[in-house]
Formats: sequence, structure tokens, C-alpha cells
Amino acid sequence: MAAIKVHGYHASTLTVMVLCCLNEKEVEYELVLVDLPTGAHKKPEYLALNPFGVVPTIQDGDLTLYESRAIIRYLAKKFQGQGTNFLGSTLSEEALVYQWCEVEGQSFNPPAFSICTQILIVPMRGGSTDEAAVEMNVEKLEKVLDIYEERLSKSKYLAGDFFSLADLQHLPCTHYLVNACGKGDLISSRKHVNAWWEDISSRPTWKINFT
Amino acid sequence: MAKIKVYGHPISTATRLVLCCLHEKKVEYDFVLVELSAGAHKQPQYLALNPFGVLPTIQDGDLTLFESRAIAKYLAKKYEGQGTELLGNSLSEQALVEQWSQVEGQSFNSPASTILFQILFVPMSGGSTDEAAVEMNVEKLKKVLDIYEERLSKSKYLAGDFFSLADLQHLPYLDYLVTDCGKGDLISSRKHVKAWWEDISSRPAWKKATGKTP
Repeated sequence: MAAIKVHGYHASTLTVMVLCCLNEKEVEYELVLVDLPTGAHKKPEYLALNPFGVVPTIQDGDLTLYESRAIIRYLAKKFQGQGTNFLGSTLSEEALVYQWCEVEGQSFNPPAFSICTQILIVPMRGGSTDEAAVEMNVEKLEKVLDIYEERLSKSKYLAGDFFSLADLQHLPCTHYLVNACGKGDLISSRKHVNAWWEDISSRPTWKINFT
Repeated sequence: MAKIKVYGHPISTATRLVLCCLHEKKVEYDFVLVELSAGAHKQPQYLALNPFGVLPTIQDGDLTLFESRAIAKYLAKKYEGQGTELLGNSLSEQALVEQWSQVEGQSFNSPASTILFQILFVPMSGGSTDEAAVEMNVEKLKKVLDIYEERLSKSKYLAGDFFSLADLQHLPYLDYLVTDCGKGDLISSRKHVKAWWEDISSRPAWKKATGKTP
């Protein structure tokens, strides 16, 4: 059986999140480089796979799939019996996994991604960081992280006392906030969020991508 | 067995999503009104259910659940086998449902909700619409809808030739954009998006969710 193909870029944290998931599930894959710096993701060949022109996209047999959060759900389901269990053990636990996945996608990611865009991407493209926008999004993110602090004071991981997709989804953006944007204090100033971050970011399948 | 309780408000897009899903799955529920104009969603009683202070939240036995897309997914799974199948019939179909659900949540929702916020809610609170913001988000939405047009020229619904959660997730904002924001041209100017919209918005479950039928 052909290995799953991951079309992505080694420095794209969403690509790395999918690779991390594959490693946690002990699934073989082949990484096909999409060279972002040369604009490969906007060329017809890649757009034929993913009309939104972003990475990653996977191919598994006849299935072509994009949106990293959808990809990790597919992998978590398809390989449910092997490797790390990402979905909890009951219907209720799985529901909480999806709840916190949506919190990441709807409440955490927008401000976190805006901060990363302003601090990292805008200067790379020759512009200057909009400090007011960073400030505004830091405030939004602080409110979200206060809720995480409360939750994680009662629960080891977001969905319960088990690592899940919901925690995995936080790895990419938080990695950039802490390691490249100088916003580590958002995490380290919150006792339980800090403990959670140290735990999930030290998983070997994640760490290995950055050594 | 106690019915599912839905804490929400009839005008809330996310509440409508959940109600539509309950109707599609033919599941009975009790509706508990959270009075937005009185700020009830920010009171301790509601925050104890949903610390983000947004609507809706459901209670099903011991489970308290928020985030409308997660609630819809939970209901679609729990009641697999009754009402409309919303998740696809194979692992691959389910994956495509997830993909297009994420497209809604990550690419469609932000420009659509910003347009709605500026055109409807800002004036309601006494402010004036930021026309530049509307313009910018209409341009973003057009690019997304161009991709939908291409997709729907090959596929009856977003995930395949079957109605799914991915289509359902688009109902609340599209309805407001077309009906109340004067942005119907975004839909009517795209042949396949228009046919898709007319199909999904005429579903009985959607009409029940918006109070257009009892």
C-alpha cells in the first residue's frame, strides 16, 4: 500500500502538525516539498490539489484532502486503533475534543495568527509591524488564555485528562508566539497553561522537527 | 430520558445552526432563551455553562457542550441512523465533510461575519458601518465563492453528492447576507452557488430553525 503523501513545507508549522500527527499514529508517509519561497503553492500544479493555495494537502489513495484540522481528524479516525488515541474514549469525551478544537480554530487562532503575521510575516514582505494591531490581538489572546488557565487548573489537557487533537492543534501557532515572536510571557505567566505548554511541546514527535 | 436543553437566542446564527441540526436529526429539545439584550450571556449563571459567554450551549445529560460546530458534529454522530445523515457514508466522504466544514470555519466565516457585523449590528448599537471594511471583506468572500462555484460545478453539495454538515454550516450567515444585508448578488451571480443556495435554504429543517414554519 502506497504511503500517504504530504504536500507541504518543512518550515510550515501546519505541515509539521500533520507530520507530528502521522508520527503519533505510527503511520508511514512521504513528504513532497512545496517550495513556498518560490511561490510553488500558487502554481497551477498545486492549485489542482488545493484551490486555496495553502499547505499542507495530503493524498491517501484516491483521497485528496486539505485543511490541516480536517487532515488530523481523518488520520485520528482512520488509524484509531494504533498509536496515540487522539479522540477520547467515549462519545462525550470526543464531543469535548471537538469543542476545544473549535475554540482553537475560532477564538485562539485568529488573534494568535494575527500577532504572528504582524511580527514575522509583514516585515519579511517589506512592510512594518502594526504595533496597535499586535496590542489589540495580545489583549484578545490574554482573555482566551485566562479561560484556558481556569480550564487547565481542573483538567490536565483541554478536553480532559488525556492528550487529544485539541491540544495538538495549539502546537503550531503557540510555537511561533513563544519562540519567534517574543510572546512567551503570555504562556509563562499562567501557571497551568505553562505546565500544559511544557508538556505538549516536549512530546518527541513535535520536538524532533525543531532540532 | 430528559430532552437536550439548548441555551440560545433565535436571532443568533450559531443557535440557528444547532436548531437546524436538531430538526434534521429529528431530535426533541427544550429551548432556554438567553436574553442577549439584557446581557444574560455575560452573567455568572451563563458563564458557568460557557466561559466564553457566547451562544449557544447545550446540555445533554451530564454533558455540557459549546461551540456550534462541535455541537452539530456531536448530534450528527450521536443520532447517526435517524433523520438526515450529515456525515457522509465512508471514511473518505467523512473526510471531505470535515474539509469543507473547516473551509467554512476558516475561510468563509470571517469575511461573512464581518460584513454582517458592519451592516446590521454596528448601526443597531448606534455606530456607523465601516464601508471600507465591508468592501474589503466582500472582495475576500468573492474569492472564496469563486472556489465554491468551481467545486459546485462538479458536485451537487460541497462534500459530494450528498447534503452534509459542511453545507448546513453555511446556512446562518448566507441567510443574513442575502436577506438582510443586500448581498444576494454574491450568490445570484454564481450559477452553481445559486442553485446550491436555493436547494439548501429551502430545506424544511432550516425553515423550522428560523421560525419560518412552526
